Amino acid sequence: MPQPLNYLKETASQTAGPYVHIGLIPAMAGFDIFEKNFSNVLVTPNTQGERITLEGRVLDGSGTPLRDVLLEIWQANAAGRYNHPADRSAGALEQEFRGWGRAGSDFDSALVTFETIKPGAITDKAGRKCAPHVNVWIVARGINIGLNTRLYFSDEEAANAADPVLNLIEQPARRKTLIATRSERAGKVVYSFTINLQGPEETVFFDV
Amino acid sequence: MNAQAPALRDPRLNRPEPFTPPLGDGGFFQRDRSIHPPAHAPGYKSSVLRSPRQALLSLENSVSEITGPVFGHNDLGPLDNDLIRNYAKDGDPVGERIIVHGRVLDETGRGVPNTLVEFWQANAGGRYRHKKDTYLAPIDPNFGGCGRALTDDTGYYYFRTVKPGPYPWRNYVNSWRPAHIHFSVFGSGFAQRLITQMYFEGDPLIPVCPILTTIRDKDALDRLVAPLDLNASTPFDSLAYRFDIVLRGQRSTYFENRTEGN
Repeated sequence: MPQPLNYLKETASQTAGPYVHIGLIPAMAGFDIFEKNFSNVLVTPNTQGERITLEGRVLDGSGTPLRDVLLEIWQANAAGRYNHPADRSAGALEQEFRGWGRAGSDFDSALVTFETIKPGAITDKAGRKCAPHVNVWIVARGINIGLNTRLYFSDEEAANAADPVLNLIEQPARRKTLIATRSERAGKVVYSFTINLQGPEETVFFDV
Repeated sequence: MNAQAPALRDPRLNRPEPFTPPLGDGGFFQRDRSIHPPAHAPGYKSSVLRSPRQALLSLENSVSEITGPVFGHNDLGPLDNDLIRNYAKDGDPVGERIIVHGRVLDETGRGVPNTLVEFWQANAGGRYRHKKDTYLAPIDPNFGGCGRALTDDTGYYYFRTVKPGPYPWRNYVNSWRPAHIHFSVFGSGFAQRLITQMYFEGDPLIPVCPILTTIRDKDALDRLVAPLDLNASTPFDSLAYRFDIVLRGQRSTYFENRTEGN
């Protein structure tokens, strides 16, 4: 017998269930309990960068939008810097911008929205520029382990074409599943996305 | 909180000293998906239309994955880890008073400090305070059913609550969830993000639960079951259950001084 390595094993995931709001967004469950709450608004009046709304839906294999899904996003600031000590890149840090938010889909419209800023391009460890993107994590009833994906921006065509992660996707058609589409609505910039859990347009999910 | 758990000695006497592989790219250990439930688990019917069918694309961890949100005590209120008091209107909630405590560790055995742990549950009768829950068991006017805590610098957390009840749900016509508490944990990087459920030692519904049995690895399933921890209970007040949570381990960064937490 060789020496034992003695690593522990990761705790197994379990579904967040239909009542995930109680713990993570109690106002959506229908009550008020915490003094301080997390939300889908990442910006404060001082946040640098272009204000954007991310708006989308998550569809199941029948094309039906999930009305009990919860999304979290994690992103860099407008200078391409994550608010975390492991990001040692040169962009200026903004202490007030955590870069994280969570949102539940609306029980009626099924829309998920975030009020944030468009992140800057990231420089990876090899010094390559990565296209601006938002990291997305999805949990819901029926999802046994959280799904990781990304959102890229439709107006960043050149950066997207050179992005090392998008280029890992073998089928060019599938890369499009990660692109949020820019439009303007009442003077506000909106990026729209659809996440398909199954089907011919299935979104690319990552094993990160 | 007047039922603060006493300091604990780690019961796993043979656990090795934490050891983090010093050479690496700062990425997390590859996730062993065999210990997790598969996305498509037909016995849990809701998973059938909600499970991706394409292969996941494996991604070497970049700065986008090894970083993640940082939380602090400013994000929490003083009663956030006391579910007996944090929604009490005119008395304590009904039910068996319990303390749940443990450590958030990573796969190297090291405690994960200052990380946010959130939890939510049904009341003692198995009813959730949620506008979509219609189970006939009554809402408890003094129980919200959610809380949160930040681990200390050793990864330790604790909270006080009442033991949740089992409840029926629509899967098969006679499916019942074992008593459980939902947990959400962050870790230091977004790739460690985890949601799971804690079950209670001795619950006869555990082996017949269509959600729990989506996990095929028996040891992984057993690790979701919290043992009664009499040593941590408060005499004449509360029983205690211990639940340790393990997040993915992390490699250090090549040729650099060890980063914080490594």
